[in-house]
Amino acid sequence: MMTVIGIILTLILSVLFPGIIAITKAKVSGRKPPFILQPLFDILRLFRKTTIYSTTTSFIFQLAPLVYFASVVIALLFIPFFGDTGVFSFEGDFVFFAYLLAFGKFFMIIGAMDTGSSFEGMGANREAFYSLLVEPAYFLLMGSLALLSNYISFAGLFSALHFNTDLAYLVIPVSVYVFLFITMIENSRMPVDDPKTHLELTMVHEVMVLDNSAFDLALIHIAGWLKFVIYGTLIANFLINGQESTLIKSLEFVGINILFAVLIGVVESFRARNKLAKNPQWIIMLSALAIIVFITTLIITSKLILN
Amino acid sequence: MDILLLKFLLLFSLALFFVGKKHQHALAFGIQIVLIALTSYWAVNTWLSDTSEQTFSFLSIYGHPVNLRIDYLASFFILIVNFTMLTGMLYAKGYLKAYRERKNQVEFGLHYFSFLWLHISMILVCSIHDGYGFLMTWELMSLASFFLVIFESENKETIKAGINYLIQMHVGFAFLLVAFLYASASSNTGLGFDGLAAYFSNHAPFPLFLLFFIGFGIKAGFIPLHTWLPHAHPAAPSHVSGVMSGVMIKIGIYGILRVLTYIHTDLLPIGVFILFISLSSGILGVTIAIAQHDIKRLLAYHSIENIGIIGIGIGIGTIGLALHIPVLAVFGFAGGLLHILNHSLFKSLLFYAAGNVYQQTHTRNIEELGGLIKKMPKTAILFLLGSLAISGLPPFNGFISEFLIYFGMFKGLLLGDLQADILILAGFLSLVLIGGLAVFCFTKVFSIIFLGTPRSEKAKHAEEVSNSMLFPKLFIALLIVAIGFVPTLFIQPLNEVVKLFTGDLAIPISINPLFNKIAVVYILFVGLIIGLWLLRKWQQNKNNIQTGPTWGCAYEGADPAITQYTASSYADNLKEFSNLAMNIHAHKVEFEEAEIFPSEKEFASHSSDVFEDNLIKTPTNKLLVYLEKAAIFQTGKLQHYLLYALLFIFLIFLLTVFNVI
Repeated sequence: MMTVIGIILTLILSVLFPGIIAITKAKVSGRKPPFILQPLFDILRLFRKTTIYSTTTSFIFQLAPLVYFASVVIALLFIPFFGDTGVFSFEGDFVFFAYLLAFGKFFMIIGAMDTGSSFEGMGANREAFYSLLVEPAYFLLMGSLALLSNYISFAGLFSALHFNTDLAYLVIPVSVYVFLFITMIENSRMPVDDPKTHLELTMVHEVMVLDNSAFDLALIHIAGWLKFVIYGTLIANFLINGQESTLIKSLEFVGINILFAVLIGVVESFRARNKLAKNPQWIIMLSALAIIVFITTLIITSKLILN
Repeated sequence: MDILLLKFLLLFSLALFFVGKKHQHALAFGIQIVLIALTSYWAVNTWLSDTSEQTFSFLSIYGHPVNLRIDYLASFFILIVNFTMLTGMLYAKGYLKAYRERKNQVEFGLHYFSFLWLHISMILVCSIHDGYGFLMTWELMSLASFFLVIFESENKETIKAGINYLIQMHVGFAFLLVAFLYASASSNTGLGFDGLAAYFSNHAPFPLFLLFFIGFGIKAGFIPLHTWLPHAHPAAPSHVSGVMSGVMIKIGIYGILRVLTYIHTDLLPIGVFILFISLSSGILGVTIAIAQHDIKRLLAYHSIENIGIIGIGIGIGTIGLALHIPVLAVFGFAGGLLHILNHSLFKSLLFYAAGNVYQQTHTRNIEELGGLIKKMPKTAILFLLGSLAISGLPPFNGFISEFLIYFGMFKGLLLGDLQADILILAGFLSLVLIGGLAVFCFTKVFSIIFLGTPRSEKAKHAEEVSNSMLFPKLFIALLIVAIGFVPTLFIQPLNEVVKLFTGDLAIPISINPLFNKIAVVYILFVGLIIGLWLLRKWQQNKNNIQTGPTWGCAYEGADPAITQYTASSYADNLKEFSNLAMNIHAHKVEFEEAEIFPSEKEFASHSSDVFEDNLIKTPTNKLLVYLEKAAIFQTGKLQHYLLYALLFIFLIFLLTVFNVI
């Protein structure tokens, strides 16, 4: 039940998400905010446009946005909703989830390289590099949660998190922090990448899609929004107790995602982008934090006994 | 009867030297087909019959019997060897056409003869337990592959790589000989694997295991024993690199696995040792691969990486046995074993596809390629498939074996104590890193070779290769997809092999629903992509499609071939991080201060193998310094040599007089 509601809410939220970020950023900087559905209108306009393909490209370039979009949509089906499993759930599904997203990313990268542009090469290369650096942090977190909950599926990880032991609350804040920034990196947002930058040399994701247009570009944008909400939902899973009633859970879920969007808006308004060369170190810092989570979990589960 | 046929085949292979160039391939292929039919029949029979082992008396050397013993482990390897050698032979037909003018009938004869004998010797190595027979066939395997490597012997580099390979194989051989002799001497048993059971039951296993590991590890290519690989693979013709990387190095893994079946005590240090040497092989292998520009050298380093993944599976499995965590043991071994099969598939596919590219462009340097997807679309798709599979991405076979290892590790994480958890942590973190780096590397290779604009004249004139060079790859591709979609078909037979290590434990049937779910997800995934494709087609029919040049920041004067991203620039990001392993040196001429009209400047960068530099080259060079000093005795004058002889006799005389000897 919650799964169906969750997926519907996820779809609605993903449409609102970029609007909320834009409104927050406008408010903070004292500008007049756009209508919340403005990003959606932009996308709808893209669907009516003529596609332009570069003569350098091959079918890879045409296939890439579809594969990327499909991988994100399928990944959405794996997300658990607060005590309920996702549409697909099996032991080790979080490994599959990560590898599925990697599959989509693989195609985005070669799609960008297909244009033969050095700008897009740069973006593709950074995307590959950053996601390789961020993977260990994700797996460390999942490993810690598995230890804590004694399950190795997404649904199990989160469902047992809240009532196995109160000590779990020691780990949750750091986990949420790490996950928050994994989200930012996966979606190429601040502080790793600034989507509003106007210099190709310092972009990551935006520069990869310079040559995509119309339908393809729309799919890439929607996939980006979905990804936001997917990670937002994972974060919400840390915070929402699965025992409560469906209505309260739904409200909490919507609330957390809106808060998440506002938070991103605020962070992006006040924080400057990292120096590009410093990004790798910064990303590895997340893995270091995740190792601390792992060790703490070992102590909580009294496998590591300090005296 | 069977054995008689086998012996006849061995003898009949000599006929290859006596037929004309035109028929050599047909003859070799014919012999191989019979060999494959015969040995595959034996192998499959192991699964179908109730006995876990079939024995045939093969030879008798001075009354000492040498038997062929086909158990599950042997038949698993025999089937893998048969499949890859078959595709290798089929691919060779098209690939060797280019050499028809340059090589004479005897050279071709020797090549096919060696290819056949490499096949035969690999099968024999897997099925002979007797020490003499094993070492003999092991040596045969090295010799046969040596002759295959030096096929293009007019090339000096090839000979050098071949000799390097031959020497390293014999170093490995020496370790194996010592290990067998030591085991047999200290437990008073015959030379061979059967004696090991007695040895390991009452000796500490680790030292002897280490000897075996070094001996077999040189063949398998674990870092730092890998230095022959990056030289031999580029030197050999592509079908040979394919089968060497696909199956021959796995015979090293076979040896390690075989030895492991006899060890039942004190497994923990062995497991930890295998795990750590494997994860460093995996990570370093792929990191060094990223720095390479020679496509076949790069693939050779990826073999090292994949040997690392196989080793991680085996190491985790052994640790599971030692710490009594059944799920870790079962899934570790199963994942490692399945990855042996998987790697033999996608690596041979990649080498054959690289062979197509080399044949068409005559260069292995990826910096000179580009845009080949338009010229050779079929090769490109096959290469892409191999790249996705080797990066361990779903829905292909590489993912399944890695998933099994992950599954075991995360399950084991819950059951293990602190010690187990820390080891598992090291295991899955390295697997994650290897996966990410592999994606990084293969996006680079595929993009630089096949996408963008051609970077040189060589790449501009490539054409798609003949179908005879493509269809063997199609077989491999089919298996890659099949294992990816219906892994349960392959996992259940694999269980019998896993049981050799774990006792009665095997992957439970209850894993099947999991893989069925994954298959449903795949179907949905593919369906969604097709649906989107159709939807876009409809949208584009309404709104037309335009074409234009790639967006170039409003500047279109530059040559697109030059302004593209290169392999070096792609690797540069990572270089900042891990140049210790990648070891990239740049050579450039800086501008001088007073240089108003700059002269032409050059820039070059290349990467050398740290391990080869420090473990092989530096010691050899130091030794050479002393040896060169000793060379003053070699004057080339007969009088001096007579004098040496006289002095020697005089020395012996003196020593005898003083009763020293």
